[in-house]
Amino acid sequence: MTILFTTDHEWLRIEGDVATIGVTDYAQSQLGDVVFVELPKVGRSLKKAEAAAVVESVKAASDVYAPISGDVLEVNEELAAEPALVNSDAAGKAWFFKLKIADKSELDGLMDEAAYAKHTA
Amino acid sequence: MLARDESPLHHTPLHALHVARGGKMVPFAGYEMPVQYAAGVLREHQHTRSAAGLFDVSHMGQLALRPKSGKVEDAALALERLVPQDIVAVAPGRQRYAQFTNPNGGILDDLMVANFGDHLFLVVNAACKAEDEAHLRAHLSEACVIDSLSDRALIALQGPKAESALAKFCADVSAMKFMDTGPRKVAGFDCFVSRSGYTGEDGFEISVPAEHTEALVTALLENSDVLPIGLGARDSLRLEAGLCLYGHDIDTTTSPVEGALEWSVQKSRRTGGARAGGFPGAEIILAHFEKGAARRRVGLRPEGRAPVREGAVLFADSASAEPIGKVTSGGFGPSLNAPVAMGYLPSPLAAAGTQVFAEVRGQRLPLQVAAMPFVPNTYKR
Repeated sequence: MTILFTTDHEWLRIEGDVATIGVTDYAQSQLGDVVFVELPKVGRSLKKAEAAAVVESVKAASDVYAPISGDVLEVNEELAAEPALVNSDAAGKAWFFKLKIADKSELDGLMDEAAYAKHTA
Repeated sequence: MLARDESPLHHTPLHALHVARGGKMVPFAGYEMPVQYAAGVLREHQHTRSAAGLFDVSHMGQLALRPKSGKVEDAALALERLVPQDIVAVAPGRQRYAQFTNPNGGILDDLMVANFGDHLFLVVNAACKAEDEAHLRAHLSEACVIDSLSDRALIALQGPKAESALAKFCADVSAMKFMDTGPRKVAGFDCFVSRSGYTGEDGFEISVPAEHTEALVTALLENSDVLPIGLGARDSLRLEAGLCLYGHDIDTTTSPVEGALEWSVQKSRRTGGARAGGFPGAEIILAHFEKGAARRRVGLRPEGRAPVREGAVLFADSASAEPIGKVTSGGFGPSLNAPVAMGYLPSPLAAAGTQVFAEVRGQRLPLQVAAMPFVPNTYKR
């Protein structure tokens, strides 16, 4: 299992050919209180960098982009029902969706935890 | 002074206090202001509704209109040439909500007008204050001396605990009623206190000499009922209260009637009244009173959970191509735990309960026209 990060403050947990995707704790601290999350439809085929989900705080809406290409296998319905999970457990219970990885080479451009820590320092 | 005027963003006298208390500072109307503190918008909003919130609104403009004749009625009559409100009827120690109108019947700014006995005291929006002052000088200089009170800060203390928190420093405030106003000593400082605000809650606005602002605010914040509140919660509170944000919900293209502000135009200034008309755009505004306006500002409650924000285009149904209006303010209402919005719709569709649709990220989301305020106000009448 590998954890990778994007410059857009998303994390990806890689298990075999499945990537679980969420936003980072740093991202939630910048967003503030999250009140609404919109998730992609299961089965949707996402291209890398495509707007995949939406996270809204009291003040503003932000897009969550697909960090890599792939088909949506599963979405976190619990998160849709309780958007505040993004603030309380961004790296855990607040995962957004799972992708069937289309092209493993797309993972090469992503950061590991140390690089991401440097990026947000 | 020069150094401050050259800096890209102005600071209020409370800037250092905001930063020291963890305020997240953002540019707003030419000032660097706190959008939120560590508690965050949701908790700040809820704290204001359940206890007391303290807001820095020093970016707003404060002006005195001093009648050259020495009679405040002359200042009131002069100001009535620029606003559709009855200013003569504002009794000493009272204030009233008003709008500067333009020749097209639109709104240049909205403001508070207080009668301080020998002069009028005005509070105007930050983004409009330079234009407002120029407008007053251009039209009222014959009758009035216009003083910009830029050496004063303005703070708001809002919520059910506001009275008890302020009464520790000024016993008089407990006797004040909604829209009462006037000079008061607060913690020994020469303040102007009004029982009013922009949250729908009971509360006060306190004009204080700039050099004493930090001392007064520090003293108020020693009370654990009082938390500093940023612009984020100020916006969600006023939206739930159904109050307009100038430049968004009302502007130079919306008349007071279109803006659903008829309640703010007294009978004396309407057709048949003692001083009917005589303000910019009177012909158009009075026609809107008599014949109705084609569109109207309404409250909107999205049926789902997704916030519908400013700029979202409104449609009569889920498929039609023809837009019928636009959302002018929208977000999440923490006290309702639901999204809320306001916007403009054709008058025939402005009745509460009417269903309309907003386009959000390519989808048509249903909303219902709803009465405002969304959250009942708790003014002390």
